[in-house]
Amino acid sequence: MIRSPHRPEDAPDASVLDTHRPLIRSLERRGLIRGGLSLGALVMLTGCDVKRPEAVEQALLAMSRFNDRVQALLFNPNQLAPTYPDSKILRPPKFNAYYDVTQVKPVDGNSWRLEVSGLVSNRRPWTLTDLQTLPQRSMVIKHICVEGWSYIGGWSGVPLKTFLEHVGADTRAKYVAFKTADNYPSSIDMATALHPQTLLALDYGGQTLADPFGFPLRLRMATKLGYKNPKWVTAIEVTNTYPGGYWESRGFSWFAGI
Amino acid sequence: MGEAVSGPGAAVVPARARRLHPVPIRIMHWVNAAVMLVMITSGWGIYDDDVIIHGLHFGGFWRLGDWAAPSLQWHFAGMWILGINGLVYLTYGFATGRLRERLLPIRIRDVVQTVRDTLRFKIAHEDLTVYNAVQKILYIVAIVAGISQVITGIAIWKPVQFAPLVSLLGGFQTARVLHFAGMAVIVGFLIVHTALALLVPKTIWAMLAGGPFLKPAAKRGALK
Repeated sequence: MIRSPHRPEDAPDASVLDTHRPLIRSLERRGLIRGGLSLGALVMLTGCDVKRPEAVEQALLAMSRFNDRVQALLFNPNQLAPTYPDSKILRPPKFNAYYDVTQVKPVDGNSWRLEVSGLVSNRRPWTLTDLQTLPQRSMVIKHICVEGWSYIGGWSGVPLKTFLEHVGADTRAKYVAFKTADNYPSSIDMATALHPQTLLALDYGGQTLADPFGFPLRLRMATKLGYKNPKWVTAIEVTNTYPGGYWESRGFSWFAGI
Repeated sequence: MGEAVSGPGAAVVPARARRLHPVPIRIMHWVNAAVMLVMITSGWGIYDDDVIIHGLHFGGFWRLGDWAAPSLQWHFAGMWILGINGLVYLTYGFATGRLRERLLPIRIRDVVQTVRDTLRFKIAHEDLTVYNAVQKILYIVAIVAGISQVITGIAIWKPVQFAPLVSLLGGFQTARVLHFAGMAVIVGFLIVHTALALLVPKTIWAMLAGGPFLKPAAKRGALK
């Protein structure tokens, strides 16, 4: 077994999931059917301040997981997001996190290391200089927040695909998970990880990332909502076990593709 | 559906009497009513996080979902029911000829007449099987707004995967405002529609029980 820095010491063996997969599937399906029925019944109660019963909660979560699968099907790995001229870049970019900008704890670029774990052949940690020597790519893309606002930002850095190739990642794995200095775990599907507009961003608008926006390294994807882009990334793991994420565990869609 | 059979033997088989609102229409109407309320109120919950009209917030009472995550869950669960129900409704409406029969033709002089009657408070709806011109226009507006909501909704849900659609709509933020405007049109329709139905309660009963039987001529749209 490969030790992951992301998971507790006494995590159950992943094979448990495989042996019980048919049971899990049937439970999910039953939940979906039962949920569909309660959804219909509850629909009549809108406008009232209804506290959601457990069954409704489960039905909505089951629908959300179903929608994640639909979103994965809709995702076209060859479809590029529209790009814009440099003149449209918003300076500075918008700050957004689960806490205020004044709470940001800057990361020291010299002592910072990027840990790599999971289904990779080389687990050597990366320094900022190491990353700067890898091939870089720039993109001027729209950032779309789940809340509805958007802005155009210009990002440069190492394509995640390039990085995964360098660490010998098994790109048949399902997930790429991220750990950050601000305790904002996140994870994405492998298809999006390999998309050309998925960067480990080091620069914004031609300058080194500023502290509030994730210095020294953040993830930036043109094909996902804003909250899927963790800042101050400290560890990357390639895995087949669903890693979840900060907002995902609070009810937001995991796939969150745009 | 109950149409007189044409061809040999048609003369001896009498057309089965049809109700104003056949069972499929009644089911789809109430499913749509319920899911529209889900979409509107959960949409308000999503809207609140980044308002389009400065100062316009929807309070907790009006929102489905305490905060964005549950509102989004409701919205993205409801969309399937709304979309599938709407698609079946349109297919049924076109295939059976109901949409054309109920909503067309709309004549200018009928519109003028209806407006004139309304201004004189003559809003009697004696014959439920005949829709007045303004009523027809309102139903068409509601149907078009519903279709438009699905299109603008897809655009703001997947602005990268459907990038050409988004640029056709004038960009992401414009598509978002259009989605909001579509909601406003539907809510406007909902208020008028509900108020008029309450003024003439037998219309509500008709949508539950099926309403009066249609005269055979009515299906040609000749009943005037």
